[in-house]
Amino acid sequence: MSVRDFFIKLSKIDRKYIYLIILIGLIIPLVFPPNFPQKMSPQVKRVFEFIDTLPKGSYVILSADYDPSVAPEVHPMYKAVVKHCILRGIIPIGMTLGVQGAGLAVEAFTEAERVLGARRDTDYVFLGYQAGGAVVILGLGEDIKGVYKTDYFGTKTTEIYALKPVKNYKDIALVISFSGSSIPVTWAVYAYTKYGVKVAAAVTGVSAGDFYPYIQAGQFIGMLAGMKAAAEYEYAVNQILKERNIREKPSTDAIRMMDANSIGQLLIILFIIIGNIGYFLSRRRK
Amino acid sequence: MHISTDIWIWIQALLTLAIFTFLYKDNPLFRMAEHLFVGLATGYGFVVVYKNAFYPNVWVPLFQEKQLIFIIPFVLGLMYLTSAFPKISYMIRWPMAVLLGIGSGLSIPLTIQTYIIEQSKSSILRPPYPNLIHWINALILFVGVISVLVYFYFSIPHDRPGVKQISKVGLFLLMLGFGASFGYTVMARFSLLVGRLDFLLNKWLGIRPF
Repeated sequence: MSVRDFFIKLSKIDRKYIYLIILIGLIIPLVFPPNFPQKMSPQVKRVFEFIDTLPKGSYVILSADYDPSVAPEVHPMYKAVVKHCILRGIIPIGMTLGVQGAGLAVEAFTEAERVLGARRDTDYVFLGYQAGGAVVILGLGEDIKGVYKTDYFGTKTTEIYALKPVKNYKDIALVISFSGSSIPVTWAVYAYTKYGVKVAAAVTGVSAGDFYPYIQAGQFIGMLAGMKAAAEYEYAVNQILKERNIREKPSTDAIRMMDANSIGQLLIILFIIIGNIGYFLSRRRK
Repeated sequence: MHISTDIWIWIQALLTLAIFTFLYKDNPLFRMAEHLFVGLATGYGFVVVYKNAFYPNVWVPLFQEKQLIFIIPFVLGLMYLTSAFPKISYMIRWPMAVLLGIGSGLSIPLTIQTYIIEQSKSSILRPPYPNLIHWINALILFVGVISVLVYFYFSIPHDRPGVKQISKVGLFLLMLGFGASFGYTVMARFSLLVGRLDFLLNKWLGIRPF
């Protein structure tokens, strides 16, 4: 069999074998993680450094506008940013514009309580879900406690210690919208354009391309896009945990999954190259 | 290998496998998991909306604190339910009219500012730039915006000299954009699969050796 025939045969292989190779290629790095180095990309760095340099006691709104269908990508980002804020003495105000985001956000804050000893209503606040989308975003610009009369757990927001100095966006240093849809743009329209509060997006890989124009225009300060950004942020937060000698085993979910993802993508690139070589060789034979 | 003893992890794992059976073909196990998800998501959504939206925003102010002004949104909200009764279903138009009116009034100026004015401003060349890379980036953006706009401008035939070449540049840049977008899509789809595989292997079967 000549090299040409080999490539042509390879390009016509049954797709089930391709699925099998990809499955094996994904499973091996999940079981034996190769721990590829994580170098922070510029968009992630901008968000990380912005939070890292905020004065202690600043407030950041973390809106969990995602649901379980995109959790593998977005949930590790939410967990990492919550931990980052708490480690730097910044008070994250959790909320969600989507019903299913509430449970996921609670899980992230519970993990921060376990790992960092964070205290609810002192080190963080979770306001929960509020119906209305854009109307909620606009309402927060006037009076946060007016939009959320109680937090997720039923405590009156006027009685929450950490919320005492907070009135509206003027007291908020940054809003990050974690989402698998176009909700971050809604934040740009109603929170950034109307009230001038700084906004960042933490989104899935599929939708990332749609948000670059908003970074270019300065409407987002930065963006966490897809599993890669989740792994980079998780790695950076783990470095802070290491510096602080926090003994709890750091979360490596996103790093591990990104390693598998990298192998999977390498395989896809390989298949595309083989398929193209086979296609052009078969055309030349005709 | 430490197989999980948590009943909820087992339920998650078995339901994930039930959904994966669709890879073979449609079957009762897949449909059971699918219907269970739809039912649970609806039930969960109902409880969260009641607890976090209806109770504090309508029930407490209207029925406990007797703030009568809340009757207006309450009645408007009830009108949405009239769609179930054909004789009075015309009433659904009223709350929709209110929503559309308020929504349009709020969104039109902000949308124009966000999508058109701010975006146009950012694509205008504003020298000097700090270094060569910034210059190149600004030029690519400028040329990209103009050429793609020309590509989508159909009032002039695209076979005219000048227009043809510029629209070809636009098409080329669009293809680059689609390629980058496809790369992101591959990563995102893999991420979802990897997320489930990681759950099955590490959280359910505890297969990771360290």
